[in-house]
Amino acid sequence: GNPLKTACSDGDGSERKIQFLHGTTTLAFKFQHGVIVAVDSRATAGAYIASQTVKKVIEINPYLLGTMAGGAADCSFWERLLARQCRVYELRNKERISVAAASKLLANMVYQYKGMGLSMGTMVCGWDKTGPGLYYVDSEGNRVCGDLFAVGSGSMYAYGIVDSGLKQKDLTVEEACDLGCRAIYQATYRDAYSGGQVNLYHVHSEGWNRVSQSDVLLLHQQYQAEKA
Amino acid sequence: MSMSYDRAITVFSPDGHLFQVEYAQEAVKKGSTAVGVRGKNVVVLGVEKKTVAKLQDDRTVRKICALDDNVFMAFAGLTADARIVVNRARVECQSHRLTVEDPVTVEYITRFISSIKQRYTQSSGRRPFGISSLIVGFDFDGTPHLYQTDPSGTYHAWKANAIGRSAKTVREFLEKNYKEEHMESDTDTIKLAIRALLEVVQSGGKNIELAIMKRDESMKILVQEEIEEYVTAIEKEKEEAEKQKKKT
Repeated sequence: GNPLKTACSDGDGSERKIQFLHGTTTLAFKFQHGVIVAVDSRATAGAYIASQTVKKVIEINPYLLGTMAGGAADCSFWERLLARQCRVYELRNKERISVAAASKLLANMVYQYKGMGLSMGTMVCGWDKTGPGLYYVDSEGNRVCGDLFAVGSGSMYAYGIVDSGLKQKDLTVEEACDLGCRAIYQATYRDAYSGGQVNLYHVHSEGWNRVSQSDVLLLHQQYQAEKA
Repeated sequence: MSMSYDRAITVFSPDGHLFQVEYAQEAVKKGSTAVGVRGKNVVVLGVEKKTVAKLQDDRTVRKICALDDNVFMAFAGLTADARIVVNRARVECQSHRLTVEDPVTVEYITRFISSIKQRYTQSSGRRPFGISSLIVGFDFDGTPHLYQTDPSGTYHAWKANAIGRSAKTVREFLEKNYKEEHMESDTDTIKLAIRALLEVVQSGGKNIELAIMKRDESMKILVQEEIEEYVTAIEKEKEEAEKQKKKT
């Protein structure tokens, strides 16, 4: 029968739900100076907060990042496999793999398992010879290119912040980072399943760097103080 | 007695040769000449056209094949073998576009063709391909390339090269007459390829087939009249050169 059902059932045959990281907020957007990637760090099992310190950004290689939403194991396993494939590409072709190609490799890998219970909603972010690259790839087989994506239970709140913040053209790196941070914070404020810390990355022409890790409770105090 | 001879045909000889590969290279030497020249803004492939029988349709004998919009190749040796290789390469060009969302680089497709050829030198029950090929084109970033592959599966990049019958003579001609500055001009690059072929081809322009590719344009096979134009121009230049020599 369905392997997912077997794995999910208790001794008496009733279904036990596998805990997936749908409770999450991950966000990435392109801007003039590259891509901002911002994520929360909470993992929940029902109403129980399992962890506040989950690393939801996977460092594929020095110039490619992947975000984690859905099954943590699925995301990290396949993205590590993607890292291996990207490295082989580099060695064979003597040049970095493009973001389009990397995201396509991932999409094709998981497509073979479509319908078998994989759960992965990831954003592949990087910078290649065509500039900043951002793709959303999931286990259903979707793969879309875009300028802005937010994935997870808190995504709607994050979209609201980023959409209004991106109205002004030409953000500086600092402004863009603040926007990403703010968006995740606002999502953790309203969404019970998101919280912990905001992990912020910036992808530019030389690769990515980790900008900050901020506890949302401290951010709350900071923003409150600014209001006054 | 010879019951065990359906295992690998390509095996090492006691002194380290792969005779099947070397015999394949001999087959290549019997094939009609092909010449390739890499200019700065144009890449040229020319092949010697064998005279066809009266009733044969001239256009079905095409030794220059497009692999994709930005790459094409010519070969010397067994035409039937070439057809297989060209077909695989064409499919790979499209697969590459599908998985990587970019056209192939000339080096990539050359490497692919070479690894197919090498595989056949190490498989049981198969013989190597009896062709050498000249692969030319432009990469996505606009750099022109010319590569040569041979039956053993090795490949090298060249500025200008020839394969097939009398390849040595043509290559020597190219070495003597290849001038870096001339490669800036499209006409000079094309003329060099034609002049090189004229050295070994009987009866001039009628037996030459030429294809060129300019950057960001697709491959163009020159019609007979265009080739004749170049040939006339070349012969004129030859005459002038002779006259100059006589004067001094």
